[in-house]
Amino acid sequence: MDNKVNSDCNGCPQYNAKGLKKLGVNTENFDFVVALAGNPNTGKSTVFNALTGLRQHTGNWPGKTVTRAEGAFEYNDQKYKLVDLPGTYSLLSTSEDEEVARNFILFGKPDVTVIIVDASRLERNLNLVIQVLEITDKAVLCLNLMDEAKRNHIKIDERALARDLGIPVVPTSARFNEGIPELIKTITEVANGKIICKPHRIKNVPKNIQKAVNKLSAEIEKEFPTIPNSRWIAFRLLEGDTQIINALQAGELN
Amino acid sequence: MKKNSVENIIALSNDLRWKIGDDFHDHLAEGIYADASEIVKNTVQTDDKKQQFRLDSKIDNIVTSKIWGFPIMFLILGLILWITIIGANYPSSMLANLFLDNIHPILKGFAANIGMPWWLDGFLIDGVYLAVAWVIAVMLPPMAIFFPLFTLLEDFGYLPRVAFNLDYLFKKSGAHGKQALTMSMGFGCNAAGVVATRIIDSPRERLIAIITNNFSLCNGRWPTQILIASIFIGAVVPSSLSGFASVSAVIGIAILGIFFMFFSSWALSKTILKGEVSTFNLELPPYRPPRFWKTVYTSIIDRTLIVLWRAIIFAAPAGAAIWLISNITIGGESIAALVINSLDGFGFLLGLNGVILLAYIVAIPANEIVIPTILMLTVLVTGISGGEGAGVMFELDSANETANILKAGGWTLLTAINVMLFSLLHNPCSTTIYTIYKETKSLKWTIIASILPLIMGFVVTFLVAQIWRLIF
Repeated sequence: MDNKVNSDCNGCPQYNAKGLKKLGVNTENFDFVVALAGNPNTGKSTVFNALTGLRQHTGNWPGKTVTRAEGAFEYNDQKYKLVDLPGTYSLLSTSEDEEVARNFILFGKPDVTVIIVDASRLERNLNLVIQVLEITDKAVLCLNLMDEAKRNHIKIDERALARDLGIPVVPTSARFNEGIPELIKTITEVANGKIICKPHRIKNVPKNIQKAVNKLSAEIEKEFPTIPNSRWIAFRLLEGDTQIINALQAGELN
Repeated sequence: MKKNSVENIIALSNDLRWKIGDDFHDHLAEGIYADASEIVKNTVQTDDKKQQFRLDSKIDNIVTSKIWGFPIMFLILGLILWITIIGANYPSSMLANLFLDNIHPILKGFAANIGMPWWLDGFLIDGVYLAVAWVIAVMLPPMAIFFPLFTLLEDFGYLPRVAFNLDYLFKKSGAHGKQALTMSMGFGCNAAGVVATRIIDSPRERLIAIITNNFSLCNGRWPTQILIASIFIGAVVPSSLSGFASVSAVIGIAILGIFFMFFSSWALSKTILKGEVSTFNLELPPYRPPRFWKTVYTSIIDRTLIVLWRAIIFAAPAGAAIWLISNITIGGESIAALVINSLDGFGFLLGLNGVILLAYIVAIPANEIVIPTILMLTVLVTGISGGEGAGVMFELDSANETANILKAGGWTLLTAINVMLFSLLHNPCSTTIYTIYKETKSLKWTIIASILPLIMGFVVTFLVAQIWRLIF
């Protein structure tokens, strides 16, 4: 791929001076909030460091990030606050780190959610991606660890993947700073509405469930016309998720 | 009005839930997996050769095997310690030489020149400056070697394999397998280990992990172990074997710590923290060749300098406090001497002495300063001349001189062994205690976590001292 071009861009002071400013922990007065979600050990913290210029410690073991780390970058005079969420396999069950991640995407309403996946283990990672896409409709898929995928002779059709998921897909190798400029550009385009996502919705559910969900989400939409994730709330209500029921009663979801 | 319709939605959901039946959760999960595999089928091409995965699983078969898993673990730990101990010697003595033999006299001369009063000069230069200098000289080199090595191992992907190997033992002791990861973090810093327990979902198992993290020898205690082992343990064997004997003694203490960690986890899970062991998935990540220089750089910036900075912040006031209690007198005796005398009896029972106990009280903020405090107080009590004299922290150029001072202070092989044991088994440092409080938000658990290892330390050193005196 065009690795060479990327690294030349990275090294070029013109490029950095004009567009990107890494702001480290200075997260005041931001224009947009960007959340980083993904499975454990897919390199979220590495992407976070590459975007913010911070040197948060990264380690090759799942569950390294337990706190919500925050940082910022500036691109074309817009300030982006970045939140590195704990890695999770799913947003369905309710362990503490999964709740931190889910609550941030749901209640924190980030302007863009970047979902970082391990390109060499895409199928397993898609489980989380599909769930996130039910909650938010402004997302970017960061296909990280492309170097490992290449080493393992795995080829991914990024355009088909973007079409199937309905969100932009950016291949990266964050450890080597490859693809980071493209990722930043894509994030800013989604944040500014230049790219409109049409996220994938869960299809393979039995008909009776599909019907129940449709009925319930229609009711939710009638009550809260601006809500972006009525279907997901319907899923949670059907599951009897008390936290979501409480949030709905308190009016925190719209 | 709005309230009503929300209630209607909830009522409708209850109704629908009843209709669609129990397996909704499973159906949804299956649906997600089916979607995922459909998408992957259309977008991903995999070459069947998959060499990397095979190599990974070959390595895994060896490092997590029943026979080789543990020996390889101890070998790697031993190797890292060996490199740290041997490698840190030279830069340590160089730094000590620079700070204590060269800069210290210059500062003293400068203070004399500008006519600084003796107490201010003593307080600042002999107290604060020497404490900080000691911490840098003794701690920086081993940390600058230990942390990058440990981080390289971590980035390579070895830690989850350690967790995998130990999982069975944790399960047996009623604790969570991920505690292996938090335990490993504790070998660097217990406060960091306590924060890392957030990866454990079950509150019961998380508390066990927090309370027992202190049994991982932390960075502030490795130098104590290494110094005492090389002076006393290394000296009882022929000199050709002394390096090996001291490394073995230090590893022995570390393993003993792991044993105590298992034992207390087991005891806690059988008594005040009863409950089921929860299951979890541990993904063995692919081995990733670490980016060597980047890892070395970040681990020095992130870990070494942060820990060192903390040590300096705590060492400076502690140095000042030591100088003060050694120089303020009540009825002709310094406060330090009074306290030491009153602690001596209890200390003897434990095979220790009053000096050591007082040093551990002074060093609550930072374990790093235990040895310099002991040396300083010993000089004060015995009144021998050496180094800078009463109330002054100092590092002596050779291990021999340190040994001479300690022996003049009544140290025997028993004292050395019990200091090593007590260094493993005593209350966590104040930073860790504060972190435990922040993480548990409970005074009760904070107190238990602080007192439990101290009680164990008293019991163990007492037993060792009594048995030792019976035999010898």
